[in-house]
Amino acid sequence: MEKEFEALIPQVCVITDIRKDTPDVKTFRVVALDGKKPFIHKPGQCAMLSIPGVGEALFSITSSPTQTEYVEFSIKKCGCVTEMLHSFEVGQQITVRGPYGRCFPVDTVFKGKDMLFIAGGIGLAPLRSVINYIRDNRKDYGKVAIVYGSRSADDLVDYKEIIDEWQKEKDFDVYLTIDREQEGWTGHVGFVPNYVKEVNIPNTYTAVLCGPPIMIKFTLQGLLELGFEKKNIYTTLELRMKCGIGKCGRCNVGGKYVCKDGPVFCMTELDELPDEY
Amino acid sequence: MLKIDISSLPLLYEKIASLYPLVLPIKKANEVNYDKYSNGAEVSLFTLKTNKSPKDMFFPQTEDLMKFKVDGQKIEIIDTRKEAQPFVVMGVKACDYKAFEVLDRVFLVDPIDTYYKTKREAGIIITLACDRPEESCFCKAFNIDASSPLGDITTWKVGDKLFWKANTQKGKDLTEKIKDLFTEGDEKTVEKAKQEITETISKLPFSNIDVNALSKDEMLDTFKSDKWSKLSEACLGCGTCTFVCPTCQCFDIREFNANDKIMRFRCWDSCMYKDFTKTAGGQPRPTQMQRFRQRFMHKLVYYPENNDGLYSCVGCGRCVKKCPSHLNIVKVIKAFGGEKK
Ligand code: SF4
Ligand code: SF4
Ligand code: FES
Repeated sequence: MEKEFEALIPQVCVITDIRKDTPDVKTFRVVALDGKKPFIHKPGQCAMLSIPGVGEALFSITSSPTQTEYVEFSIKKCGCVTEMLHSFEVGQQITVRGPYGRCFPVDTVFKGKDMLFIAGGIGLAPLRSVINYIRDNRKDYGKVAIVYGSRSADDLVDYKEIIDEWQKEKDFDVYLTIDREQEGWTGHVGFVPNYVKEVNIPNTYTAVLCGPPIMIKFTLQGLLELGFEKKNIYTTLELRMKCGIGKCGRCNVGGKYVCKDGPVFCMTELDELPDEY
Repeated sequence: MLKIDISSLPLLYEKIASLYPLVLPIKKANEVNYDKYSNGAEVSLFTLKTNKSPKDMFFPQTEDLMKFKVDGQKIEIIDTRKEAQPFVVMGVKACDYKAFEVLDRVFLVDPIDTYYKTKREAGIIITLACDRPEESCFCKAFNIDASSPLGDITTWKVGDKLFWKANTQKGKDLTEKIKDLFTEGDEKTVEKAKQEITETISKLPFSNIDVNALSKDEMLDTFKSDKWSKLSEACLGCGTCTFVCPTCQCFDIREFNANDKIMRFRCWDSCMYKDFTKTAGGQPRPTQMQRFRQRFMHKLVYYPENNDGLYSCVGCGRCVKKCPSHLNIVKVIKAFGGEKK
């Protein structure tokens, strides 16, 4: 008899590269023990990483599905599992299960659209996957605008890739901002929600927001003022998760399970949910 | 239809237990719970409401998931499960049996929970019709017929006899192995008993509960209203209602670290606890009112929404009997119009 798929049993993977992005964010490159990608995913999906004895936690997959060699996770230090991960060196094994959740509708709704990505801090992690996916399937999408902000210039995740690659991409406009003036920074200074209004992207773009709740709240307000429609605005939710497969009940909000019906939601869907996320 | 004298039941228990592990209501320290039969155990088959439900048999209160061996940078995962052996659960009431369907729709949908599934497949379930339902019972509100539960085998207590009918292949196979203990029983006697049960049930105090009359719009609408605050005022957040409930299925995954061996296990958890949804970043349900509301909204609105209208309550009445603050789902249903006019 064929062995049944074991949803709760992870696979052992190995960290093959660690990149320090900011003082508290590192990006981990992960492959399975056979050296291959541990799974096939879609942009916006997540995976459960664990360090046996420390715990398990859900992270968004930062690399694009078009990356065929490995998967990457950009992880901010904030809690037991992430602190331990940050202390690791290349060669360390961890366990991985997934991918989980509903992805961004890259193959349906987003096709052919002009896209506006808005991220704050580590919120860029889930967006990097979809942005790079679009770069690798460039002809399927319209113009791309990216507004990305952080506390300081040192806290911008993936800075090198943004400068060296994204900014050079055809029909890609990248707008970076930091919260406060800083020596050596010649770019924009100010909060993301305000900057979004200033750059004035046409309200026909499809917007994807990712970042701290307060940023989402004010940015959303701003977008609506600019005439964006809720049905064209997407975001991701982050709740406490344990199983990742819609069984343990922890991430249940209204009729939805964020782990399997999310983490990606359209604003019109969020309007239907009770205010408990 | 077969039958056996109630006075001969100990022989039946012995016989079944000689074939498979047998689990049935057993009295220990004055409380009746599903437990493994052994010679000398105080079986209490006809106890209507066991303390906890039999969901333990398929979804145990704590359950090992896997072991890890960590050696330097290396990790090894060891699946510690043994192959599931058939076992028999006897005396399951109609409400608790229906609760398995509620759990199945969580654990057996894709991706399948294999821990639950193997036990579910290995279990042979013998149900028992309720001959004297209590005042806290309201299974009828969920269209459950306490007089003829399903399962692999159904049994009925009529007078000093236990009637026995196999429904599935599993049930027939078991019956075949122990048929010497039985004599032929009369279908009509059971039919008459069923009618009497149905009559008793229609006279129960909660027989006016009508979940279909529930105003779900109002429940959602009043999501911020006082009705929920009033209903939940006295809730201690103790989680008793979730632990005794046959359909509650929330769990936690944790690890136990003993030197070089790390065991990952799951255990029941409760949406009534404030830690349930708490994260480093915040708490989506900060008040007990919200947690209380979540439990009942899940059972009466969210679960049915996702499961073709099936409710995640089977009217077993355990939460009615066990809540230290006398709160329960019946009060919630009544507050939102779920009564026959
Ligand atoms: S409803 Fe009752 S049993 Fe349930 S948590 Fe509140 S006090 Fe405890
Ligand atoms: S909610 Fe209460 S009455 Fe309903 S199944 Fe659970 S314990 Fe029984
Ligand atoms: S994390 Fe368990 S149900 Fe979503």
